[in-house]
Amino acid sequence: MNANALISVRDVKKYYNGGKVRALDGVSTDIQKGEVVVIIGPSGGGKSTLLRTLNLLEEPTEGRVIFDGVDITDPKTDIDLHRQKMGMVFQHFNLFPHMTILRNMTLAPMRVLKKSREEAEAKAMQLLERVGLADKAANYPKQLSGGQQQRVAIVRALAMDPEVMLFDEPTSALDPEMVGEVLEVMKQLAAEGMTMVVVTHEMGFAREVGSRVLFLAGGKLVEEGTPEKIFSSPESPRLQDFLSKVL
Amino acid sequence: MENYILWKEMLQERVDIGFWKEQYVYFYQAFIENDRWLQYLQGVGTTLLTTAFALILGVALGIIVASIRTAHDQQRPGHRNIFLGILNAVCKIYVTVIRGTPMMVQMLIMCYVIFSSSRSFTMIGALTLGINSGAYVAEIIRGGLMNLDAGQSEAGRSLGLGYVDTMAYIVIPQAFKAILPALGNEFIILLKDTSLIAMIGGKELLHAAQNIYGRTYEFMYPLIGIACMYLVMVMIFSWLQGKLERRLRQSER
Repeated sequence: MNANALISVRDVKKYYNGGKVRALDGVSTDIQKGEVVVIIGPSGGGKSTLLRTLNLLEEPTEGRVIFDGVDITDPKTDIDLHRQKMGMVFQHFNLFPHMTILRNMTLAPMRVLKKSREEAEAKAMQLLERVGLADKAANYPKQLSGGQQQRVAIVRALAMDPEVMLFDEPTSALDPEMVGEVLEVMKQLAAEGMTMVVVTHEMGFAREVGSRVLFLAGGKLVEEGTPEKIFSSPESPRLQDFLSKVL
Repeated sequence: MENYILWKEMLQERVDIGFWKEQYVYFYQAFIENDRWLQYLQGVGTTLLTTAFALILGVALGIIVASIRTAHDQQRPGHRNIFLGILNAVCKIYVTVIRGTPMMVQMLIMCYVIFSSSRSFTMIGALTLGINSGAYVAEIIRGGLMNLDAGQSEAGRSLGLGYVDTMAYIVIPQAFKAILPALGNEFIILLKDTSLIAMIGGKELLHAAQNIYGRTYEFMYPLIGIACMYLVMVMIFSWLQGKLERRLRQSER
């Protein structure tokens, strides 16, 4: 265990139905500041579950998650305090449909960080500018395309100035021609040094942007390493089999 | 007026005065003689007041029960609150008992068992309706809260918003929009069920009709009359509800 790790995952297990279904079966890993960790693996292998335990949307049955030196799995920890520092982007965007784009982005900064409306809106506009969506500020989510919605979801999370960004299959629900624009924003973010944990099926992204790749199957961390190692010389037969199907 | 008295007497002596004159007598008798329309008007007033009272009580009870039950069901495992557990059990019993017994029986129990010494029947009736409605409203609200895509509250929580903020800003506004048709339906049922209060002697609209046909022994005009009045009230209500729904939907296009 590395003492400097931003997030330290210690032997995390997640069981359903009293242990009959083992979504995570003892996973440990450390995520350093500035790393882009890409989680790949077959569906049902525990990728999303692992990501969701990082901000405790999924409570581990056993094991600990330590973020910024604090054990967030401890029931006494105020989880809301730590979630503000972990931005999350979902497969289905999960924008708030009853609020304008601008309101989507200012709600949490105003309610949680107690920013003034002017301050929150200025920051939101600046972020929207960055992803080329400033002209959509007054629109409602349904008026935007999937790719645009996902870009908003990314900057909505960034508006909280998080220390780490979690991506749960951010391009899986998108039409193919919109995948690129979302990956572009994520690449930019990685280039700026944001710590990122990304669950994805985009092997190109994993290879190009990832600093480390985790291969999860059957709830276990089967293999991990640099993208070159994982994609060029996979060791375990499980990973070789997986890669032969997706590449 | 003179016609009416003349024709009425002829009718009483079983003289054939023709269909239309006969109808005129019955109509006059049901609505105009002795200013009876005033009784209907008072009945409408009482019905609306009773509905409003029962509505407020029902919605208040519904919100409280739904909040307790939802909060209980959404606790993090390992964070179970015993106090909340007891409240939840009470709420479950309330909903089960109210939904499992006929409204009429509840009304009679309230009137002759629980408040047997009270004579304010309209009030007892309104109270019963409110308590009854609360159980249904609670389930409607709970359904709305539970049915909202879990991703919405996850998105809120992942931004660092607390449970209460997430409910207040994200879940409840969307759930409200979703349950509005079901709530409207419940309110219409409530409005019509106020007629049950007549059975324990409450002075609402049906009671006015009963009073009148009890004197005239002519049933059609008072009963069809109040049926039309209920219908008009419900139609006005539905129209208002539709207006509200359209307004709420406007924000999403």
